[in-house]
Amino acid sequence: MQKEAAIREPLILGHKSYHDVTEDVCRPIEDKAPRMWYILFGIALIIALYGIGCIVYLLGTGIGVWGLNKTIGWAWDITNFVWWVGIGHAGTLISAVLLLFRQKWRMAINRSAEAMTIFAVFMAGLFPLIHMGRLWVGYWVLPLPNQFGSLWVNFNSPLLWDVFAISTYLSVSLVFWYIGLIPDFATIRDRAKKPVSKKMYSILSFGWSGRAKNWNRFETVSLVLAGLATPLVFSVHSIVSFDFATSIVPGWHTTIFPPYFVAGAVFSGFAMVQTLLLVMRKAMGLEAYIHTKHVEYMNIVIMVTGSIVGTAYITELFISWYSGVEYEAYAFLNRATGPYWWAYWSMMTCNVISPQLMWIRKLRRSLLFTFFISIVVNIGMWFERYVIIVTSIHRDYLPSAWSMHYPSHIDIGVYIGTIGIFFVFFLLFARYFPVLALNEIKTILKGSGQSYKEAPDYHKHH
Amino acid sequence: MAEKVIYVMYDDEEVLKDGAKVLVSKGIKIAEVFSPFPIHGIDPIIGIKNTRLGIMAFLYGLTGLMLATVGMRYFMVTDWPMNIGGKPNFSYLENMLAFVPVTFEFTVLCAAHGMAITYLLANKTLPGMPAQNPDPRTTDDRFVMEIRLSDNQRLSENEIDALLKDTGFVEIDKKEIN
Repeated sequence: MQKEAAIREPLILGHKSYHDVTEDVCRPIEDKAPRMWYILFGIALIIALYGIGCIVYLLGTGIGVWGLNKTIGWAWDITNFVWWVGIGHAGTLISAVLLLFRQKWRMAINRSAEAMTIFAVFMAGLFPLIHMGRLWVGYWVLPLPNQFGSLWVNFNSPLLWDVFAISTYLSVSLVFWYIGLIPDFATIRDRAKKPVSKKMYSILSFGWSGRAKNWNRFETVSLVLAGLATPLVFSVHSIVSFDFATSIVPGWHTTIFPPYFVAGAVFSGFAMVQTLLLVMRKAMGLEAYIHTKHVEYMNIVIMVTGSIVGTAYITELFISWYSGVEYEAYAFLNRATGPYWWAYWSMMTCNVISPQLMWIRKLRRSLLFTFFISIVVNIGMWFERYVIIVTSIHRDYLPSAWSMHYPSHIDIGVYIGTIGIFFVFFLLFARYFPVLALNEIKTILKGSGQSYKEAPDYHKHH
Repeated sequence: MAEKVIYVMYDDEEVLKDGAKVLVSKGIKIAEVFSPFPIHGIDPIIGIKNTRLGIMAFLYGLTGLMLATVGMRYFMVTDWPMNIGGKPNFSYLENMLAFVPVTFEFTVLCAAHGMAITYLLANKTLPGMPAQNPDPRTTDDRFVMEIRLSDNQRLSENEIDALLKDTGFVEIDKKEIN
């Protein structure tokens, strides 16, 4: 058992025993779902169905139904793709990077953050697929022996790197998440009373028995997967940024993109985690496990990554002038003062100013304020991608080709729809899956539980 | 052949660990420990060797690295060299930089999935497998030590019982298993 400093706030509040931890996490799964869950699920489902309707219409008609034109060939679709991938970065960062750094507070949030990651990357992956217009030829992105066109896919293209990066990220995150879930499913299986749920959780838990050797392997697998997932997280958004950075479009052609995109991804991912968890802890009665200290830690991450993003914005502006390339300079001047000034300044306000408020201890420990800022950050990060993508291409080298982008209702419908689908998945997860990593929480109970830390013999050696 | 097994249940992992130390020093072999979470430091006491899954992950990663290199060399250089943006693919080495991202991703893909599959097979945990923990509470808050009489033929059952008494268990159960 690992001890920690007495002045450090305990990670688990109240007088909990191992059994209490099990009870607290399993009760919401075993009880009947509250009315609120059905209301939220209903709303999410309606939005999801509307989105699916829009996608079906789009596939049947063609991507001409989007508000694109000859000048602006990329707009909402790729914006949404990058936004969702970015959100999908927090989960693996929390579970992998923070595991390597031995940050124990991650144990309260890693399970649901990883679930969020997986669902967000699902949503992200949808956009390049529907962007093909012909979903049924989606497999053409794989290097399969074939007799059409240029025979093999182009391994020099960042768009193909993206295919590999996103699919690797999705599948590895899924495996990482599921391996952690197996022992917790076993806990639910051993408690289940109804035959149907007993059978279901029995299948899901793969017959886990918790032998000493199993745990030995479990810990090694978690550590090695974390080691593999850490560079993977950084590579994925770097590669997403190559989609832009390797082009020669002024405004996209920037070497700062990979680190700037990764910081932005972590920034938006943590904001989404805050949005979801602040509601979930309340609704599921998990205040003892996810409390102010956890929120504060996450707010510090938001503050740091937000500052990196802010520095990147200002560096970009400076370099566009300092480079002496007039097209580059114009691209940035146009962002700030052109017809899309409102998007640029919303991005600046949401992403540069709002995280700086987290320097104030009172604000970063306020749950209501955190919830508000988390929404602001996600809006800001959507605008960031929109600004980068649309304002860079809407005025190109030929003034006669200059144009504006107006989203069609299908653009909007597909985007809102993915938010609906995301929440359908997340609500199902919250209802049927253990939302806290039970087996991990139990390992820190004695080291960081309130009742243990306050006991007189805590600082004596056993 | 039926075999007699003693399941000794504890409600604290530290008590189990201290008990195991005493039992092992008295020459008792502990066949297995079931717990709801990893008990740090139990493995050397009951004689469990550290897993070699990390080495396997490295080998799977190496396989991925090799497959990606061989594959891309064949696709892009040997089979159908394409001239992309005035940069023809004459040799693998000259174009290697463009192949780094996919090589990396494929290495991670193979290492992670290879290790995960090996892990599931080694643990014998696969969909539909029956649970083998002796008591459903071992996935909640109880810790169980399994002692087989056939492993400890030097000592009689009564002698083992006497030794167990001082370890602070909460329940004891004896079963005949096949």
